Amino acid sequence: MSATGFSRRTLLKSAALGAAGAALDLGAMGRAFAAADLTVGIVYVGARDDFGWNQAHAVAAEALKLVPGVKVVEEENVPETDACAKTMESMINLDGAGLILATSFGYYTPFVVDMAKKYPDVQFRHAAPLWNKDKDPKNAGSYFGYLNQAHYVDGVAAGLSTTSNKLGFVAAKPISSVLSNINSFMLGARKTNPKAIVQVIFTGDWSLPVREAESANALVDAGCDVITCHVDSPKVVIETAEKRGVKSCGHNASQAPLAPKGFITGAEYKWATIYKGYAADIAAGNPLPNFLIGGYESDFVQNTPFGAGATEAAKAAANGAIADMKNKVPIYVGPLKDNKTGKVVIDKTYGNLDPYLDNMNYLLEGVVGSIT
Amino acid sequence: MSSGAPAASGLAAAGTPPSAPSARYDLGVRLRANSEYVAIPVFALLMAAALFAVFLLAIGKSPIEFVNYVWRGGFGTAFSLQNTLQRSSPLILTALAVAIPARIGLIMIGGEGALVLGGFAAAAIAVPMVGVVPPIVTIPVMVAAAVLVGAMWVGIAGYLRYARGVNETISSLLLTYIGIAIMNFFVEGVMRDASNPNKPSTKPIGDAYMVGYIPGTEVHWGFPVGVLLSVALYILMTRTTFGFAARVTGGNFRAALAQGLPVGRLIVGCAMIAGGCAGLAGYFEVAAIQGRANASLAAGYGFTGILVSFLARHNPVVIIPVAIMFGGLVASGGLIQRRMGMPDATVLVLQGLIFVVLLTSETLYGRFAIFRAGDAKERT
Repeated sequence: MSATGFSRRTLLKSAALGAAGAALDLGAMGRAFAAADLTVGIVYVGARDDFGWNQAHAVAAEALKLVPGVKVVEEENVPETDACAKTMESMINLDGAGLILATSFGYYTPFVVDMAKKYPDVQFRHAAPLWNKDKDPKNAGSYFGYLNQAHYVDGVAAGLSTTSNKLGFVAAKPISSVLSNINSFMLGARKTNPKAIVQVIFTGDWSLPVREAESANALVDAGCDVITCHVDSPKVVIETAEKRGVKSCGHNASQAPLAPKGFITGAEYKWATIYKGYAADIAAGNPLPNFLIGGYESDFVQNTPFGAGATEAAKAAANGAIADMKNKVPIYVGPLKDNKTGKVVIDKTYGNLDPYLDNMNYLLEGVVGSIT
Repeated sequence: MSSGAPAASGLAAAGTPPSAPSARYDLGVRLRANSEYVAIPVFALLMAAALFAVFLLAIGKSPIEFVNYVWRGGFGTAFSLQNTLQRSSPLILTALAVAIPARIGLIMIGGEGALVLGGFAAAAIAVPMVGVVPPIVTIPVMVAAAVLVGAMWVGIAGYLRYARGVNETISSLLLTYIGIAIMNFFVEGVMRDASNPNKPSTKPIGDAYMVGYIPGTEVHWGFPVGVLLSVALYILMTRTTFGFAARVTGGNFRAALAQGLPVGRLIVGCAMIAGGCAGLAGYFEVAAIQGRANASLAAGYGFTGILVSFLARHNPVVIIPVAIMFGGLVASGGLIQRRMGMPDATVLVLQGLIFVVLLTSETLYGRFAIFRAGDAKERT
């Protein structure tokens, strides 16, 4: 069952097929699952209960376990070395996995690619848009959610939640996906509060709890009264914000239980949509899509249910923004300037999934902070 | 100091006067004395296993099932065994990076930094050579770069120890963080592969420049190299003047000085051998596995190597089976997670128990008459 080229779901991302695509997608979800047994192996880089990236996948894994005929085997804390290749191989050899979901960025090259070449009968899907249709094996592929859309919604709510007009963002590394989340958060905030600025601190790595706490404290000290973040596990940032009595927006998974007073909403992946879709495709004997990306319009991302920190006005505005995202209203309305030189970096309005935005290497005007 | 016992025993053996009454009897004594170094660790391992079984029972899991999965996931199939050997190869090299300085009385724990910088140096020197210079030339250059940079890095800690009296444990640990930061600085800066926007890495060295697997297996060349190096370093430390002088220095620094031994050179030399081993591990991570240098090099092998070396009582040859045991535990850890529904930390609990029990068992040496009876008769 080798997947070939494009599939129905890949087309979904092209704006031209909006309504038709949505209808087909619903069809996939509602399809009855055949009895064909499938073992899915899921590999995590951290702990499954990290309140962050890994938990978002683990939540989806739990949903996948409920699908009849699907068995899920999971392994956590697998580093981005040959250990992850061996884990995938072990899942194939010892557990009989027919679909491997590799959920950490660094698993792809060379490990997922090598394993896909070695086991052509097994499907491999990796959680980052890296699959190259010219170079990479056809039984490998990528899936990814455009979380910046949910960060945009966070920003819309945060803009109405601040009194100081200063929003704080604790970020890991200045790479494209992080920068896009920061910029989208700022654009969302400006939508409801043109005076809002987003102050960002980069910690330098994906998981540095001590520095994350320091950064959150520094942002609160600087006057920020809403804090959000893009780090692997937002636990420390959200808890610190709550302790300091400011509001917070989450990232990756639900952190609502960590901030019973100040939590507004959070940007969450909805990997379950993708995982159940794969299981349905395999059960139906359909080729798996090789490249699957999307945001709200594909139900790949979501916002955490509103917490006590969200006012009625913020809830209404955020719900409006969610509707906008589902209708593919663009976030990046050009021209937009960067925050360093004032140069126009986004010359025109781009669609939310436009590849041009994937190579973002700037912070926009409205963000205070530097990527160098 | 835990390194004291084997060093002392080695000294005693080396120092046995040639006029011993009977070579055969002497061998018997040595066998009896040395069997202590086998019996006590085995006893300690059994104790750790028993404690771990109690832990498993307490959380409602079956120890027998656990052992089954360790066997199946780590050793029981051809795939599992190769998985284990592959995982043990960086551990052999990073354990050597602890064992050699331990013989001269230094607790160096900077293998991680030397591994990262060694790997980075190998990739950095290879990138401009790729496609220009053939692999046959490039590969030795990469190895040399990795070993030299690793050796220099730990050598710094050795020099600071000798020349300025800086605690080598602290300095080598701190140098690790500096080493990782240096690699990140270059990998995220001038040496970054622009085609890979989301994971800062150097440019790939390409398949032609990789060292690949031992033919017919899925174990990379780091494993046999590690085994050979372990044996070579064992010979160096036990059968040569250098090794003897190093052990004398480790046993009594002042006495070594008084004897006119080149203590400074010995210390820096041992530190450099250590760094070279770790740098070599970094080379294999780049040239056999990653194909480029990036933050994944800092995967903790340097730190696990400390554990392996201590368990092997800093004996280069014993490091081999201990590293394989660790590789097997880690390799089977995945299967245990998947089949028994236990968290990843389970295997860490077992590793921790083994470590604590083995270190505690050090206090047992010399307390059992059975290992000394003949010895005592001999010496009186």
